[in-house]
Amino acid sequence: MSFLNFVPGAVANGVIWGIMAIGLYITYKILDVADLTVDGSFGTGGAVLAICVTSGMNVWLSMLLAFIAGCLCGLVTGIFHTRFGIPAILAGILTQLALYSVNLRILQGSNRPISVDKYNLILSLRNNTTAIIAAILFTVAVIALLYWFFGTEFGHCLRATGCNPNMARANGINTNVAKIVGITVSNGIVAMAGALLAQYNGFADINMGRGAIVIGLAAIIIGEVIFGHFFTNFALRLFASVIGGIIYYIVLNIIMQMGFFDANDLKLFSALVVAVALGIPYWKKELASKNKKKSDSAVAEKEAK
Amino acid sequence: MLELKNITKTFNAGTVNEKKALNGLSLTLNDGDFVTVIGGNGAGKSTMLNMIAGVYPVDSGSIVIDGVDVTNLTEHKRAKYLGRVFQDPMMGTASDLWIEENLAIARRRGKSHSLRWAITNSERAEYKKLLSTLDLGLENRLSTKVKLLSGGQRQALTLLMATMNSPKLLLLDEHTAALDPKTAANVLALSDKFIEEEHLTALMVTHNMRDAIAHGNRLIMMNAGNIILDISGEEKKKLTVDDLLKAFAELSGSQFANDRALLN
Repeated sequence: MSFLNFVPGAVANGVIWGIMAIGLYITYKILDVADLTVDGSFGTGGAVLAICVTSGMNVWLSMLLAFIAGCLCGLVTGIFHTRFGIPAILAGILTQLALYSVNLRILQGSNRPISVDKYNLILSLRNNTTAIIAAILFTVAVIALLYWFFGTEFGHCLRATGCNPNMARANGINTNVAKIVGITVSNGIVAMAGALLAQYNGFADINMGRGAIVIGLAAIIIGEVIFGHFFTNFALRLFASVIGGIIYYIVLNIIMQMGFFDANDLKLFSALVVAVALGIPYWKKELASKNKKKSDSAVAEKEAK
Repeated sequence: MLELKNITKTFNAGTVNEKKALNGLSLTLNDGDFVTVIGGNGAGKSTMLNMIAGVYPVDSGSIVIDGVDVTNLTEHKRAKYLGRVFQDPMMGTASDLWIEENLAIARRRGKSHSLRWAITNSERAEYKKLLSTLDLGLENRLSTKVKLLSGGQRQALTLLMATMNSPKLLLLDEHTAALDPKTAANVLALSDKFIEEEHLTALMVTHNMRDAIAHGNRLIMMNAGNIILDISGEEKKKLTVDDLLKAFAELSGSQFANDRALLN
């Protein structure tokens, strides 16, 4: 059964990236913007945690600082988007690019090890069981907080802004503020996931966030495709993204085990998975409208006769 | 209640597509006025409503609602004085949110948004009661997503949301134009009912001359970004569609051109 040895690691990775996906869910599903900041802020979270922990700070306080750093990243994108009038995607790309330099500064290099032997970390890949439990506890806490937040008056403002900004403004909601807050909180959570991954791996790296948005989207979409029909509750929908993350990592590992691909091909693979997953609903629609046209013209022909 | 003074608005100024939408428009609405607005294509009816709501800024002129100068206020800041229903039934509600969540958002219009839970049990009971006045059975579907409702149901819900806080001014922008005749009549009847019960001041743009005559206490006709006819009281009650078409030809020097109005 050595074939299955990858499962605990894949699950731990999946849950941590699932937390990242929950953060992304706020922008991608609720605000209806694709926020590319996350590729940078995920790394910022890891970098801030690494530098704090190695300078002797308590790991929980370091996590908090990583969260706040992520929030600041999101705040910048939110301001680019709403105050500079830059389209959300481009605003995210700009912040993400800037963060590459910022992250190098924070890390004071391209890589910083944080050994679990030296420092008191929350989780590590040395012990996958506790890592999984810790990550799941984090997930539950984040989902509970978001469930509360989106049930409040202010949370309703964010949801209305993403769904119908015209309606939101007509009902006295400042859609710019709502967007900024949404993008800010989202990146805070993403950075926290980055901080968790840095601890799990035992190092923070300048490239750790590269392609994060694609992995997050894959987790969200896989969760939605599998559980979308019967998970209607908001908390369960967020949870579905985490399960989506786990499935993604298990599939990834199975493919790696087959030996055709190596770690360098992973990005290609994740991009293809997301492209196909996004394409499926579109193709379904196309097919449905084609069939409809066919049956309509058949009816018209009959009537003509 | 509403005072528009010398409002001008030009879209695409300085280009070949320059369009003078409002041309020194002035209008005063008294408390409790229910004014119907008719006019040809591009007469400036919707632009006038959008200016009042703050969708775009005015080029010049001033807008005063209930003594407050709102000319420079952003759209969301003006919202507390206004209730709005749009032509597109999809535009007035958030489709992914539940019926009760939409109502809760409308309930908070013009107030600050705190981190309190958005819907309490007593509010839920109140929303049920409000929804039952629509007579559409929506009171039993509080946690239904609005996107599952028909256009008529959504428009009725929007109307309820627009009127529930007794706004200073209700803006109805061809709000029955996208509905089938029977549903349109229902929504119009509801509009009448809410306006009367809450003693609202209202502006209703319509392309249907018969509706414009049958509803409200005052009728204005617009052409080329200005008001060319303003009739109220007894005189309005006696109006016929022919009168309006004649008046239009006389005042504007052209035939009434509104594709949809002519089809009615």
